[in-house]
Amino acid sequence: MVDWFMGSSQSVVPKIKLEGISYSYGGRPALQDVTLDIPEHAVTSFFGPAQSGKTTLLRLINRLNDQVENTRMSGTILLGGEDIYAPHIHVPSLRRRVGMVFALPLPLPGTIRDNVVYGPRLAGIRDRQGLDELVVQSLQRAALWDEVKDRLDTPASQLSGGQQQRLCIARSLALEPEVLLLDEPTSGLDPVSTSLVEQSLIELKQRYTIIIVPHNIQQAARISDYTAFFLLGELVEHGPASKVFTTPEDHRTEEYITGRFG
Amino acid sequence: MGQRPLEKVGYALMVMVAIAVVVPILAVVGIIIVKGLPALSWSFIVEMPYDGMKAGGIFPAIVGTLLLTLGTAIAAIPVGVAGAIYLAEYARDTALTRAVRLAIVNLAGIPSVVYGLFGLGMFVLFLGLGTSVVAGSLTLGIMTLPVVISTAEEALRAVPREYRTVSASLGGTRWQGIRNIILPQATPGIITGVILGLLRAAGETAPILFTVAAFYLPSLPKSPMDQVMALPYHLYVVSTQVPGMPEEIQYGTALVLIALVLSMNTVATLVRSHYRRRRTW
Repeated sequence: MVDWFMGSSQSVVPKIKLEGISYSYGGRPALQDVTLDIPEHAVTSFFGPAQSGKTTLLRLINRLNDQVENTRMSGTILLGGEDIYAPHIHVPSLRRRVGMVFALPLPLPGTIRDNVVYGPRLAGIRDRQGLDELVVQSLQRAALWDEVKDRLDTPASQLSGGQQQRLCIARSLALEPEVLLLDEPTSGLDPVSTSLVEQSLIELKQRYTIIIVPHNIQQAARISDYTAFFLLGELVEHGPASKVFTTPEDHRTEEYITGRFG
Repeated sequence: MGQRPLEKVGYALMVMVAIAVVVPILAVVGIIIVKGLPALSWSFIVEMPYDGMKAGGIFPAIVGTLLLTLGTAIAAIPVGVAGAIYLAEYARDTALTRAVRLAIVNLAGIPSVVYGLFGLGMFVLFLGLGTSVVAGSLTLGIMTLPVVISTAEEALRAVPREYRTVSASLGGTRWQGIRNIILPQATPGIITGVILGLLRAAGETAPILFTVAAFYLPSLPKSPMDQVMALPYHLYVVSTQVPGMPEEIQYGTALVLIALVLSMNTVATLVRSHYRRRRTW
């Protein structure tokens, strides 16, 4: 989009700007006045105890919470400088730009190939060859290609849990999104699969902007470039992961990291 | 009395109850088969009746029932499935949708003869369709709607909620998710509901009494605006309305009706299990 503008400068370009986000479910506040910049081509993690608003914030960035009834939102979310809640925004198109991977891998009915091409097909891509290339490329980027290249037309439900989650990542990548949101993507996975998913994320950040709700602090520390600590809907502290995890400024962050609560 | 003899008595009672449930069904089917089989022949199925229905076959009634079942399907399936999709996927929980649901439940409980009278007033007279296959199909279709809607809605709701979220997160509109994921997954359940509804319609007499059924019409319909004979009504006619009717014609007609309904049921079961094997959850 504005690659020429970044040039060779080292300064951080915010891909997403969250400005004064407050959100409530039926009067119960979930997020309070969150303001945060998400840098491009980096892994940003949202961490904090349960009920701290991380998942809600994630779901606001691709407007997945639109269908939840009886909610209130204020504040602005800018994606590449554009207000994603502006009236002219076409929500399905927005979701193609902002992919999402959920905590529990849920392959769609059908084969591995069906799953990967689901999004592109709905987006109107029909030509067989283009779709085939997308399948290869997406599965490679999600570090699943080698394991499934000989059985693309077998049911996706036959894959192991870890493979299913990487398939879900590949499925999102097939839309060539700009941003990838991951909500505890390894919570149901064994350590080996977790490590595979984490490795693929670290490679993916060269192309995409990644926001992850990690499933524990160790994971946040392993893969994040930037991190933000949430507590009861409040953004307590944020900054480069190396700094927040070693020398946090807020005592609540420190207590959470050192395991004194949460 | 010790524990074990008591248990044996209880067990025996339960077996007897189970048998008591099955006996009437077997008896009905058995009697109809035994008494109807002698009447059954190729000519009974493919020939027109003659001699005041006391001789010949029941071909026009078979064709009539098949046509009415087809017409009912055409009338009930699109509206019923569309209604179910609306209720399950789009409608929010408002006073209006609750009223619609209540209406559907109550429609299912209305006696079929009332549907017949409604069809007479609405389709035959008011819309001027006359006593015709169209009027009869529409009447049976309306009677079938509640069953189709409620079973189809249930089948749609049984598809895990998360599929909708996943489809939306991949840039699918709500309708694309329904069309590509939800509807195919719900198809076995919807088919079951449709078949159950159609089976009931195929065997009904009251709704077709005033709207389509002909007493004695030894010819096939030329257009959907014609009357037809139908098996349930024909059974009523040969059993009670014509003196001196040979008994085997009555039982033969009943046997054909039962065979028709059971074979539809079997087809439905096969179709359903075929789809269910392809389901992934």
